[in-house]
Amino acid sequence: MLIEATVKVLFILVVMVVGIAPVITWIERKQSALMQDRIGANRADVGGITVLGLLHPAADVIKLMTKEDVVPEGANRVMHLLSPLIVAVPAISAFAVIPYGGVYRFGDTTLNLVGADIDWGLLYIFAIGSIAAYGTVIAGWSSNNNWSMLGGLRASAQLISYEVTMGLTVVGVFMVFETLRLSDMALAQDTTFRLFGFLDRFFGLDWRWIDQVRVPAWGIFYQPLGFLMFLTAIMAENKRPPFDIPEGESEIIAGYHLEYSGMRFGLFFMSEFIEIIIIAALTATIFLGGWAVPYLSTDTIIGGISRFFDVGFATCLCILIHFSTFMLKVFAMIWVQMLLRWSLPRFRYDQVMSLCWKILLPLSIANIFVTGLVLLWVKG
Amino acid sequence: MTVEAILFYVFGILAVVSALGMVLNIRNTVASAMSLVVTMVSLGAIYLLLEAYLVAVIQIMVYGGAIVVLFLFVVMLLNLSTDEFPPGKQRVAKLAVVIVGVAILAQVLVALGQAPLLVAQPEAVPEGFGGYRQLGLSLYTDYVLLVEMVSLLLLAAIVGALILAKRKID
Repeated sequence: MLIEATVKVLFILVVMVVGIAPVITWIERKQSALMQDRIGANRADVGGITVLGLLHPAADVIKLMTKEDVVPEGANRVMHLLSPLIVAVPAISAFAVIPYGGVYRFGDTTLNLVGADIDWGLLYIFAIGSIAAYGTVIAGWSSNNNWSMLGGLRASAQLISYEVTMGLTVVGVFMVFETLRLSDMALAQDTTFRLFGFLDRFFGLDWRWIDQVRVPAWGIFYQPLGFLMFLTAIMAENKRPPFDIPEGESEIIAGYHLEYSGMRFGLFFMSEFIEIIIIAALTATIFLGGWAVPYLSTDTIIGGISRFFDVGFATCLCILIHFSTFMLKVFAMIWVQMLLRWSLPRFRYDQVMSLCWKILLPLSIANIFVTGLVLLWVKG
Repeated sequence: MTVEAILFYVFGILAVVSALGMVLNIRNTVASAMSLVVTMVSLGAIYLLLEAYLVAVIQIMVYGGAIVVLFLFVVMLLNLSTDEFPPGKQRVAKLAVVIVGVAILAQVLVALGQAPLLVAQPEAVPEGFGGYRQLGLSLYTDYVLLVEMVSLLLLAAIVGALILAKRKID
């Protein structure tokens, strides 16, 4: 029990936070360079070896660690020092409920590749996220700087608005999968469904191709509008371009983290990148089937491999396949976020707000309504 | 002491101390609001220890998150200082607060004196009790009329707030 928990915590800290988050800063630099016809980060080297610029994250960390940590004059010292932690800790702890794979059986023992397989997993992430909002707001307030203050105010307004909408955009998914447990959601997507099954079901059309056109039972196929809205809302919640109005370099310099230096700035920076991974992992789990390989269910994979090897080895191989599938989807979603970040210009403040309250909120309520009607039609 | 008991005392003390911090901190309204957040989150942790997971999550999400962020937004927007609360004018309010506080404390003490603190082993609750499924089912079947009435009330409140906030209605 204790060993299992320690291993899981170490995995999250070492692989997801320390391992992947810095690599994403490199991906971001290279992606922006690619889109702007530049070469990108390639100078940091150890004895002439640059490894495609992959040493830049390490150089960044060393630079941030050794810089002076300045607390501005007249700032509220305690709050100023605490707020990067209020941002970073919830971001890291959200990894606890992400399913990196399914539940596997080795004889009598079972292996569950979820940190904490709780029934209210998605609610946990929303609750944790709502606490993280304080870090930004307090950072802006405690810095004793008007630009920071404006950034903090903007952040509080934006974060409350998008929190509400983000919750409502995924209600459709809850209704389809009838669960809030992320591992159950991923498991429910480990199958296929007939894309045009409704033709047969409601109109009695007995065409043969209807049975053959099957798509993976992923959330994105059940809730395409929900997927787009959830991605928009959760990206706005992360405050990155095109939703970076709390930072707004051209208007309020750097907004809430203007007065931060050294590793405290680094924590804000890191938690943004950690949240990119969380967003990618969440959308992959809810909408893109999680660890499920399309058209190949767990039983098919294990059954297929165990024809040549013994079952234990087949299960191990299946874990590897599922984990790589999940990470592939996560990196695909990270890449999508990078593309959006570098191709869209920043929204104006009132545009961000009206996008939330006048477009996303009514649309998500309509989505819930229509989903409910269809579910009643299909099931009852 | 079991781990649960230790955690209970830690979060209980944290909740009480930060609640006091909220009330007694008159110099700095933002710090006071942040103390309220700590109180809410510690209460959420105590609900977690009681295995009331949904209540805990809602406590943190709604009270700890949404509501206090709104408080904070208003407090930061107004940027209040001590000068705007002259000490003389609050005497009546303070007296009223103390009287109400003492009355509530007395009531709690009387109630505690009448009921035995340790009830015999309580009955086991059914599977999934207090989870989101049960809550949703009872809200939207048994109490659907009440839910609809509350939603109407909230709608009226939203419209009212809009009319109050919008100076010019077009």
